[in-house]
Amino acid sequence: MALKDITLGQYFPGSTILHRLDPRTKILCTVAYIIALFLAKNLPGYLILLAVLCALTVVSKVGFGAVLRGMKPIFIIIVFTAVLNLFYTPGQGEPLLSFWVFRVYAEGIWAAVFMILRIAMLITCTFLLTYTTSPILLTDGLEKLLNPLKAVHVPVHELAMMMSIALRFIPTLIEETDKIMSAQKARGADFDTGGLMQKARALVPLLVPLFISAFRRADELAVAMECRCYHGGEGRTRMRVLKLGTADVLALAGGAVLCVLVVLLGRIF
Amino acid sequence: MNDAIIKTQQLRFSYAGAEPPAPMVLDGVDLEIEAGSFVAVLGHNGSGKSTLAKHMNAILLPSGGAVYVDGVDTREEERLLDIRSTVGMVFQNPDNQIVANVVEEDVAFAPENLGVPPAEIRRRVDAALKQVGMYQYREHAPHLLSGGQKQRVAIAGVIAMAPRCIVLDEPTAMLDPIGRGEVLRTIKQLNRASGVTVVLITHHMDEAAQADRLVVMSKGKVVADGPPREVFQRVEELKSVGLTVPETTELLWQLRQEGLDVPLDALSDEECAQALYRLLSGGKEGEL
Ligand SMILES: Nc1ncnc2c1ncn2[C@@H]1O[C@H](COP(=O)(O)OP(=O)(O)O)[C@@H](O)[C@H]1O
Ligand SMILES: [Mg+2]
Repeated sequence: MALKDITLGQYFPGSTILHRLDPRTKILCTVAYIIALFLAKNLPGYLILLAVLCALTVVSKVGFGAVLRGMKPIFIIIVFTAVLNLFYTPGQGEPLLSFWVFRVYAEGIWAAVFMILRIAMLITCTFLLTYTTSPILLTDGLEKLLNPLKAVHVPVHELAMMMSIALRFIPTLIEETDKIMSAQKARGADFDTGGLMQKARALVPLLVPLFISAFRRADELAVAMECRCYHGGEGRTRMRVLKLGTADVLALAGGAVLCVLVVLLGRIF
Repeated sequence: MNDAIIKTQQLRFSYAGAEPPAPMVLDGVDLEIEAGSFVAVLGHNGSGKSTLAKHMNAILLPSGGAVYVDGVDTREEERLLDIRSTVGMVFQNPDNQIVANVVEEDVAFAPENLGVPPAEIRRRVDAALKQVGMYQYREHAPHLLSGGQKQRVAIAGVIAMAPRCIVLDEPTAMLDPIGRGEVLRTIKQLNRASGVTVVLITHHMDEAAQADRLVVMSKGKVVADGPPREVFQRVEELKSVGLTVPETTELLWQLRQEGLDVPLDALSDEECAQALYRLLSGGKEGEL
C-alpha cells in the first residue's frame, strides 16, 4: 500500500451543493446518518441508507474510486470484525457449517454482512464530510457547534485550531514519511518482509526522524503563527461568515427524516 | 521626524538555557533600517542573523539594549500586535508557515487574527494574492504547489496584514533556481512598487547584490554596512568572516592580486565584461 493512497481527512475542492452547504449542517447530517446506521435493524433500512450514500457520492462528484481508496487502510479491520461476527453469532437451528470449535449459523452470515455494510458506510459518510468541506470550515463549524461548552471552560477554540492544523499537516507528514522510507530503502532498509516483530522493528528508524522533524515543524509553525498575530480565539474574525440557508434547513430536515424512516422500517418488516 | 522603521540600540542577546557561560549571540548591534529601503543581511551560519530577525518583531526580546519598531519599544507588551502587524516575517521553510489547506484561507489567517471585518479580509486576500501572482491558485491546496509558489503564498499571508516592513529569513534557501527567481522578483516588486521596507537575510551573493544596502554580520556583530558595491570591495575582510564574494568581484579581485589595473566595483556580469574589455583594449573606453 503506497502511503499516497491514504486520503484520510483530505479535501477535494469543488463547488457542488454538498461543498456549499454550511459545515454545521454537514456535521449534524453526518451525525444523523451515523445514528440512523445504528438504528437500522434490517435489510430495507440498510438499502435506503446505502441508496442515500450513493446518491450523495454522485452529487459530491468525488467519485466512487476515491471513496473506495479511502477504505483501503481499514480493510483489515472490516474483514476482521466480519469474521468475528461470522463465527461468534449464535443462532437457532442447525449450523450451516461446523468444524472443530467453530459453528457458522445463518444469523452469523447476516451479522457479518451487516457489520461490513455498517463500517463501510460509516467510514464513507465521514469521508464525504471531509472530502467536501475544507478543514478550516470543518473546524469552524465544529467550533460554532461546540461553542456552548465554552461556558464550562472547555477550550473549544484551541481544540478546533489543533484539529485544523493536524488536518493541514497530514499530507505534509505523509509526504515526508514517503521520503524517509525511500531514503532508507536506498540504504538497504527492508520494510516489507519478515514477521510482525521484524516489521515493527524496521519502523523504528522511520519513526525517529519523523518525530524529530514533526517537533521541529511544530516549533517553526508556532513562531510563524505568532508572527502573523495569532493570539488565541479572542477578537478573531473570519473571512467566511457561516450562514444557514434554505438548502441547509432542507438538508437538516432530510437527516431527521432519514432517522425516522429507518426506525419505521425496522418496526414494519 | 523618525523615518527608521526598525532601530536597534546596542542590542545584546543570549539564549537562556544555553550551557553557561551563555555565549552572546548578538553582541552590541546598532542598526537603523530606513523606511522604504531594501536591506540585505549576509553572514556565516551561526552569526546571529536569524536571532536578529526575531528581534525585529518581538518574537525574541533583547537581553540588553533595545529594539524600536516604528518608534515603539518591542518590550511594550500592550503594543505587541501593532509591532507584529508592522513588521511581517517570512521563514525558510514554506511548509512550516502555512496553516490552512486552501491558499486563500491561509492568506486570510493574519487579518482574521487582527479582527479585520470579513469584507475587508476578502479584499486584502485578493489584493495580496494578486501582488504575488498567485491569485489563480487561490482555491488550491498549498501542499500541491511548487516550493516557489508556496513561498509566494507565505509572502501573501504576510502582506495581508498590511505590514510596512517585511523581514525574510533565507526565503530562497530551500528553493530551486526557478523558485528563487520568482520569490526574489516578488520581493523586489513589493519594495519598488508598494514601498514596503524589505530586510532580506540570505547567503546568496547575487541576491544580496540587488539590495540598496548590505549589512554583514559575524559573531553577533555588524562588521560591514553600506551599499553592496562598496561592501563587496572589501574582499579580504569578507573572506576573513567566512563569506565569499560574487563571482564577478572574485574574478576582478584575483586579477588585481596579479597586479592588473581593474576596478573592483563591477557587480553585474555586464559591468565585469566591460571592465575586462577595457583592460584588454588597453584602457580605451568602448562598447562591447
Ligand atoms: N533556540 C536556540 N537556543 C540556543 N541557542 C541557539 C538557538 N537558536 C540559535 N542558537 C545559537 O545562536 C547562534 C546564532 O544562531 P542564528 O541566529 O540562527 O544564526 P544564523 O541565522 O546567522 O545562522 C548559533 O550559535 C546557534 O547555535
Ligand atoms: Mg538562520
